[in-house]
Amino acid sequence: MRILAIIPAYNEARNITAVIEDLKSFRGDILVVNDGSTDETAAIAKSLGAEVVSHPFNLGIGGTVQTGLRYAYEHGYDMAIQFDGDGQHRGDQVFKILELVQKGEADLVIGSRTLPGGYKMGITRFIGSRIFHCLIRCLAGKAIHDPTSGFRCYGKKTIRLFSRFYTDDYPEVESIITAARNGLRVVEVPVLMRGRLSGHSSITRRKSAYYMLKVTLAMVVDAMRGRDLVGES
Amino acid sequence: MDLTKIASLGLSVGIFCFVVWLVRERRLREKYALLWLCTSVFVILLTVSRRILEVAALAIGIYYPPSLLFLVGVLFLLLVAIGHSVTLSRLSESNHNLAQEVALLRKQVEDLKEESKKG
Repeated sequence: MRILAIIPAYNEARNITAVIEDLKSFRGDILVVNDGSTDETAAIAKSLGAEVVSHPFNLGIGGTVQTGLRYAYEHGYDMAIQFDGDGQHRGDQVFKILELVQKGEADLVIGSRTLPGGYKMGITRFIGSRIFHCLIRCLAGKAIHDPTSGFRCYGKKTIRLFSRFYTDDYPEVESIITAARNGLRVVEVPVLMRGRLSGHSSITRRKSAYYMLKVTLAMVVDAMRGRDLVGES
Repeated sequence: MDLTKIASLGLSVGIFCFVVWLVRERRLREKYALLWLCTSVFVILLTVSRRILEVAALAIGIYYPPSLLFLVGVLFLLLVAIGHSVTLSRLSESNHNLAQEVALLRKQVEDLKEESKKG
């Protein structure tokens, strides 16, 4: 099985070395998707032997992950993992999210911080996650406790679907609905994560109201769509 | 001819000419120009003959004709704005796809270059 690790990175020159080092026990290819960084992210990643794809300008996290998935799709990878460029995700946890996809028991695995064995998140994030948790249960009938987690493993079908349909901004929660709606098996597993090495969350307190509204609208509308026809082969 | 009539006529003819000029300078596509040209013709018609507005307003039960004008104007602008949002969404979608395509193609070119250097 060929596996691709997708590292979305925007101005992560300070973290990217540690992140790639962290994946040295990972048996697969590493792709850094550089989302129009203005620093040395791409050059550093290249020098460490990772494959690098660079956007001509900033597209946002959704577009960045999607570029990675398109790359995985075009190069015929069987699985892909998303491993954030800011150092929050841990290389020694990767096997946990790979397992179910490898066994063919899941199409999308989400590494969760809240399940037993995870770690505590901030209060704002906790409330937001609870609301999304309920919404997902209503709309897709699934219990996902940490829907905003970006530590994920994508199976082949999911790669194909998301390389076609994936939102630009704040894609994590909505993509769960998209996957479930298309009959993909979404499973959550507990993982350990770190606090971030440097930099701040992309979602500031001021933006979080907009974030909640935008994601809620996107989820509700997405649930109203039919199955997406993505070249079944 | 009263002053309001002259002003309104001047304004709509002005807009008409401005739109034609924009198209001439290739700063506005014919597709969108058509909409604004029709609008200005419509306004010119209303200015020339007030009867049209009065008859139309009375026909649908509006007793103060200018309010029909406002109603139609606001609705029209609303629809145009929604139309523009749709266009904008479509453009950003294609912009997004193009950026990804460029990134992936550039990567491919780099890989091919490296391969040919080795070979």
